[in-house]
Amino acid sequence: MAVIKLSALDHIFEKYEEKKGNLIPVLHDIQEEIGYLPVEVQRYASKKLGVAMSKIYGVISFYSFFTTEPKGEHTIGVCMGTACYVKGAEDILNRLKEELEIETGQTTADNKFTMTVTRCLGTCSMAPVIMIDEQVHGNLTAAKIPEVINKY
Amino acid sequence: MEIIIDNKKIEVDKGKTVLEAAKENGIVIPTLCHSSFLEDVGACRMCLIEDLADGKLKTSCTTEVKEGMEVLTKSERVEDSRRTILDLLISDHPLDCMTCEAGGNCILQDLAYHYGIERSSYGAKVERRFEIERNNEFIELDPDKCILCGKCIRVDQDIQCSDAIDFVDRGFQTKVGAANDEGLGGEDSTCVFCGQCVELCPTGALSYIPSQNKGREYDFEKTVTTCPYCGVGCQLELKTRDRKVIEVGSVYREGTPNPYGEACVKGRFGYDFINHPDRLKKPLIKRNGSFEEAEWEEALSMVAERLTEIKDEYGGRALAGLSSAKCTNEENYLMQKFMRAVIGTNSVDHCARLCHASTVAGLVKAFGSGAMTNSIAEIEGSDVIFVIGSNPTENHPVIGSKMKKAQKQGTKLIVADPRQIELSSLAEVAIQHRPGTDVALLNGLIHVIIDEGLADQKFIEERTENYEYLASVVEDYTPEKVEEITGVEAVKIKKAARLYAEADKAAIYFAMGITQHRTGTDNVLSVANLALLTGNVGRESTGVNPLRGQNNVQGACDLGALSNVYPGYQSVEDPEIKEKFARAWETEELSEEVGLTVVEIFKQAGKEIKGLYIIGENPVISDPDQRHIEESLDKLDFLVVEDIFLTETAKFADVVLPAACFAEKEGTFTNTERRIQKVNQAIEPPGEARADWKIISEISTRMGYQMNYDSPAEIMAEIAEVTPIYGGIYADRLGDKGLQWPCKDREDPGTKFLHQGEFARGKGKFHPVTYIPPAEEVDEEYDFIMMTGRMLYHFHTGTMTRNSEPIDKHEPDAYLEINEKDAKKLRIKEGDRVRVTSRRGEVETNVRIGERVQPGQIFMPFHYAESPANRLTNPVLDQDAKIPELKVTAVKIEKVKSNKI
Ligand code: SF4
Ligand code: SF4
Ligand code: SF4
Ligand code: FES
Repeated sequence: MAVIKLSALDHIFEKYEEKKGNLIPVLHDIQEEIGYLPVEVQRYASKKLGVAMSKIYGVISFYSFFTTEPKGEHTIGVCMGTACYVKGAEDILNRLKEELEIETGQTTADNKFTMTVTRCLGTCSMAPVIMIDEQVHGNLTAAKIPEVINKY
Repeated sequence: MEIIIDNKKIEVDKGKTVLEAAKENGIVIPTLCHSSFLEDVGACRMCLIEDLADGKLKTSCTTEVKEGMEVLTKSERVEDSRRTILDLLISDHPLDCMTCEAGGNCILQDLAYHYGIERSSYGAKVERRFEIERNNEFIELDPDKCILCGKCIRVDQDIQCSDAIDFVDRGFQTKVGAANDEGLGGEDSTCVFCGQCVELCPTGALSYIPSQNKGREYDFEKTVTTCPYCGVGCQLELKTRDRKVIEVGSVYREGTPNPYGEACVKGRFGYDFINHPDRLKKPLIKRNGSFEEAEWEEALSMVAERLTEIKDEYGGRALAGLSSAKCTNEENYLMQKFMRAVIGTNSVDHCARLCHASTVAGLVKAFGSGAMTNSIAEIEGSDVIFVIGSNPTENHPVIGSKMKKAQKQGTKLIVADPRQIELSSLAEVAIQHRPGTDVALLNGLIHVIIDEGLADQKFIEERTENYEYLASVVEDYTPEKVEEITGVEAVKIKKAARLYAEADKAAIYFAMGITQHRTGTDNVLSVANLALLTGNVGRESTGVNPLRGQNNVQGACDLGALSNVYPGYQSVEDPEIKEKFARAWETEELSEEVGLTVVEIFKQAGKEIKGLYIIGENPVISDPDQRHIEESLDKLDFLVVEDIFLTETAKFADVVLPAACFAEKEGTFTNTERRIQKVNQAIEPPGEARADWKIISEISTRMGYQMNYDSPAEIMAEIAEVTPIYGGIYADRLGDKGLQWPCKDREDPGTKFLHQGEFARGKGKFHPVTYIPPAEEVDEEYDFIMMTGRMLYHFHTGTMTRNSEPIDKHEPDAYLEINEKDAKKLRIKEGDRVRVTSRRGEVETNVRIGERVQPGQIFMPFHYAESPANRLTNPVLDQDAKIPELKVTAVKIEKVKSNKI
């Protein structure tokens, strides 16, 4: 894991005046900046804002937006909506796990992909679909997976 | 106003909730998430009522009463809703009541029983959804049994103020969790294992690990008593079974030091020592260098004979006694009575000499009384709290929590301590002054206050004397000069001075960081000067408040276990007082000469002092300069030690007498706020161990002075006769919450805060003091300053906590704290073994690196026999109080072994 320079985040704390009540926007901005919220960053925020570590974890685990794992260059969202599920989303997911050697929520060793599962993406006609960054890939089969990810 | 509950008219005060109104009138409404002292959140919906005005179902815990309101608490709709809620809860709850720790003590179980819900109509929970968390020695959390009432979180955050737990995750996955979801024992967890969450959990989700499988609530006998550890004096409930203490529960009682069932890890989990197999069960007599068990008769006769022999040969002054801050008031009274009336010496002292003798000396001079001026419950009412030389969150944890709570509610904290303690991070002004520079710092504050015209002139004129002199002495102590001495920036000194002086109600709290110096009395006088200057004495939520370390150190002092005073601080040198005691005790032995103090007794061992009688003290570990103490003990002709274990000190004894511990006897302790509280017997002593008051009586009677007390209550009645400040203290008056001295007579309700309207000595007196540096300073060889102290998990010499398994497992090793910069310089890493050497000795210990101490300083707790910090400390004495300088020792540090992990 790359070393994070904590003092580089100070401008964010300054922006929010190191106020307890600003925990969520502070965490939000930090994640925007470095992509995730590792424990060291949580500790730093705890000290700076005077907010307990338990509360910070409570907030991070409550909002799905927050993540404590680093994000890869690309985020893969595997749709688990009903239509996709019926049409074999599970196979797609398993194949992705095999190809990338990661579980959902994790990031590949080369930091290229982070894989998540999502709710219905609203493109049921193309089910099963995955979304890589903003791009939807539809009508997939497990066999097509290597080809799709090789494009990135 | 009037409201109608279940067709019954009820008078009720405005602002109450319907739940409270119902409760006051004996109407039971079931609740799961409500607690009388926590904010209500309306989470469980068990407490529903039907409001007839709008026909709605409302949660009674969050609904305020309204004039003319009419509600039903048991209508069909209400009961149906409750049943549905229970049904849902039980559908997600494991049905393992058979083996659950909470069986018989579970509100969910009670409600299911009441509503006849055998199983849920929504199906049963067959598989676990969560893992059980138990990565610590004390508390287990089973989220599958959690009903998310949130009581644990509220008590943790709002009463204990540790912020260790919160709701984590969301939706169906929501549970109670600690930092990083790593459990209460996790690296970032701030849990301090006070157990208050467990006490409030309505189900078996939270439970105590040490008492698992040892009994259910209905198996236990319960005895409310006073905690045997620190001076807060928490009321606790001992749950016992088959003569064993199995668990310690909370007591929720208005007017006690811990009304919301507060406790700390020591009070909650430090009870294993009571039933420890190593407890002394029979008297021991040393023959040819080794101990042999003996019958009481033989041991007592031997003690009586040897003491008599020494007295006959050398006179009573050749004998000395050490009483104990762990023992009851009644026992301390008897011990000093025995030494004075039977032996004929005033050389009876105890470990208060090592902690607060300077407090008593200083505050008596300034105010006329040496005790904490105000009460624990007043903490929340202060506008500013100035904590100096005290680390309450570790040493007086329940008081620490109250300060944190006050801070959350707007009280400003000023914290001055050479170390960065937990409270420092919450302080408005946090000061880290150099060890031993307190007088300079305080004079600096006083200088600023006078300089800026912030002193309370009216108070000074009306209620004090000697002000002019103070003003002249502090003139030199400009913030800039004080910065040089203390290392604290001048601006900070000014800020602190203004904050303190401008507050309407400002209180000072201090402890050993002030007293354990050779200038201890000066330090205390400076503190008193500051309070007098600003009129912060004699009113609620103000005052000068020394926090007493041991459970009964206040009482031991009050009752004359000090070499210069009879009970009630009556001077031994005053002939009239001597006369009074001679008559009351029917003795001709009393001496008018001040006796020897703890440190002096050891200095004179083998010389003036030939025989020593020690009760419940362990000077080998607790006193300065260990080697010297051991040599002294060796030199005595006769040593008798009365204790619950064969302590490091007892090993030197000729006769060891097995004593009962607090759970095995009756009596009283006096806590730090002068509150005399009951100690109640929960179990029988082990083997043949006996209460100290019985043993002292036996020895005395054998020496020809009859002591025939039937009970401690009888002793207390005698105390009341001869001790004006305890004049109204009788066992039958103590009731549920004790009484605070001064308490003159049977009508007196006791005293919440001292010096109202008039000081005990008439006027408050300023005693200007000048700064004198500590006796030892760093030099080339000894280049670190060592401070000693206590830590949360252990107590004093460890006789009790180190014999309590879960606690000792949690904190098994001695350590020293060192700053990361110094560690780098010395190339030492966390966990390395180092040797610490002073001019008097050396010890080995493990290293903890951090930012708590400043560079050039180290901190070492003194609880550990294997790394006795007091082998190093300096016995140089404060001239007035004879307290040794335990806080400042010059040492050097060398690495012995690297940490392999
Ligand atoms: S034991 Fe005390 S500190 Fe720990 S979570 Fe419970 S209430 Fe908080
Ligand atoms: S652990 Fe107990 S007290 Fe805490 S929320 Fe769950 S049921 Fe309530
Ligand atoms: S040690 Fe002190 S704070 Fe802890 S429970 Fe006992 S009396 Fe209370
Ligand atoms: S007790 Fe009122 S909602 Fe829980």
